[in-house]
Amino acid sequence: MTLQLLHFQILSAAIFCIGLYGVLARRSAVLVLMSIELMLNAVNLQLVAFGAYSGFGTSTGQVIAVFVITIAAAEVGLALAIVMRLFRSRGGVNLDEIDVMRG
Amino acid sequence: MGITARDLFLIAPELALTVGATVVVLSGLVSRQRQLTLVLALLGLAVTFAFAIALWDNVHANGAQSAFNDSLIVDKFALYIKFLVAGTAALVLIASSEYAERFRPYGSEFTGLVLFSAAGLMLLAAAADLITIYVSLELATLPVVALAAFVRTRIAPIEAGVKYLLLSAVSSAFLLYGFAFLYGASGTMQVVGGSSGAPTIAQALGEGSPDVPFGGLAIMAGAILATAGFGFKLSMVPFQMWTPDVYEGAPTPVGAFLATASKAAAFAVVLRLFYEALGGSSADWSTLFAALAAITMTIGNLVAIVQSNVKRLLGYSAIAHAGYLLIGVAAVTAHGQETQDAAGISSVLFYLAGYAAMTLAAFFAVIVLTQRSGDERIEAMAGMGKRAPLAALALAVALLGLTGIPPTVGFMGKLFLFNAAVNSGLVWLAVVGAVNSVVSAYYYVGIIRTMYLREPAGDASPVAAAFSGRLTLWITVAAILVLGFWPGGLLEVARTAASGLVS
Repeated sequence: MTLQLLHFQILSAAIFCIGLYGVLARRSAVLVLMSIELMLNAVNLQLVAFGAYSGFGTSTGQVIAVFVITIAAAEVGLALAIVMRLFRSRGGVNLDEIDVMRG
Repeated sequence: MGITARDLFLIAPELALTVGATVVVLSGLVSRQRQLTLVLALLGLAVTFAFAIALWDNVHANGAQSAFNDSLIVDKFALYIKFLVAGTAALVLIASSEYAERFRPYGSEFTGLVLFSAAGLMLLAAAADLITIYVSLELATLPVVALAAFVRTRIAPIEAGVKYLLLSAVSSAFLLYGFAFLYGASGTMQVVGGSSGAPTIAQALGEGSPDVPFGGLAIMAGAILATAGFGFKLSMVPFQMWTPDVYEGAPTPVGAFLATASKAAAFAVVLRLFYEALGGSSADWSTLFAALAAITMTIGNLVAIVQSNVKRLLGYSAIAHAGYLLIGVAAVTAHGQETQDAAGISSVLFYLAGYAAMTLAAFFAVIVLTQRSGDERIEAMAGMGKRAPLAALALAVALLGLTGIPPTVGFMGKLFLFNAAVNSGLVWLAVVGAVNSVVSAYYYVGIIRTMYLREPAGDASPVAAAFSGRLTLWITVAAILVLGFWPGGLLEVARTAASGLVS
């Protein structure tokens, strides 16, 4: 059996769902960020697989994956700065304790 | 291929804004005078406006043009949103010049971030392929995350920043996953065709079911995931949870910017994607958006009733208004005749401008009213009719406008939106919208009653407003009333802009 597009799609969907589960279930801001990275990398896998298997004759999928990686890096840079600020002011990064605003 | 001078001219407004933002940030190294920061920022915005007007003339004469290998499309639709975003940014910066005192010594960084975000929003309105949409969306979002968490001495802004950051990152992941499916199903990222003649998504999908696993379902999955991703940006139920928290926790001017400019650009890109790229598919987007519109405005209005914090209430009001605007999207995606579509799009564009004026007036009034006490409870507004006559009047006019009472722009805007819905056969949706407007009167008028009919609990001394605050209040109130009495001019411009998308 050779690898086909469908296999990559299933793998990518599985990774995306694991990431989404992590976002919903994890309480530490850092682990939530890691789960978001997992979701973004599932997308990258999907894009590269489409680009490689679909025979579109262009490398659009691969190029976009590079864009996604770059922007995810910028996002993480900002995210860690804010999480650090949260840690300094609250002494922890537990998202359950973020509850000043309610209603 | 390659970048020509024409390409640079076509993105001159964004270039000017980016240069302006850089100059503003660098000026902070030399001088920490907030007047200097403001003047430089407004200068940048003035140049942006001038270029945008020049482009409008150019597009008027030569038709829509694409730039940078068809990744950007400069048409009147995009330019209308650019004017709206630049105008909003200018008003927010003027109104926050007094407020920015508490950002010291980082006032120039604050201003620079607002301008960078505005540049991202302007690119978003002109984005012609999926990857440009994603990149400019992030360029618009990341500065706002930093802005939301800007006041470092209080905990609420940091919480607002964390919540906005995590939810917008998750929504970006959904959006991208959706884009990946659309790319896989169509083999292209092109939303709008350009000069190179590369196939667009609509053309590729028109050629029959794609050769990928699950064919047609892949398009469906892509569109629904993208809707979920955009749903966060539009504060559409069920993706609205962050909105009240961020509006309450973030600095007030940031809330104003987020509620108006961000929303305008996000609606523009949703219209473009679902009308131009996915409009031809057999799926019934209109019913989807109609249902989302009904749920969004109902939940926004019902939860707003029990709020006790003014900024939080404006957050729920923003959710409700996302619902009203979605009525327009539902009417447009129903795909009637071209004139009907143009009328639907122009009603959304008109309401975006009117909504911006009303929401800005409300937020600017809240800036003035909470300037000294920092107390944002609705009860703290008691007696403000006497203590701060201008700000209270502006807030009253804005809230009446948001309710949709004539002769404000809110009434005309809702009239056009409901009319578009009825013309597209969505009579029930127009009725739901009208009932919702009546419900919203309860909490909007409640604030006005508190301001004028109740005596202040403690401090009854007048609340002074700085010149910049008074100026922005006058401008926004004038816009609400003038556009309410004479909507014809703006509607004509919105119609011209809409025809750019239809043809």
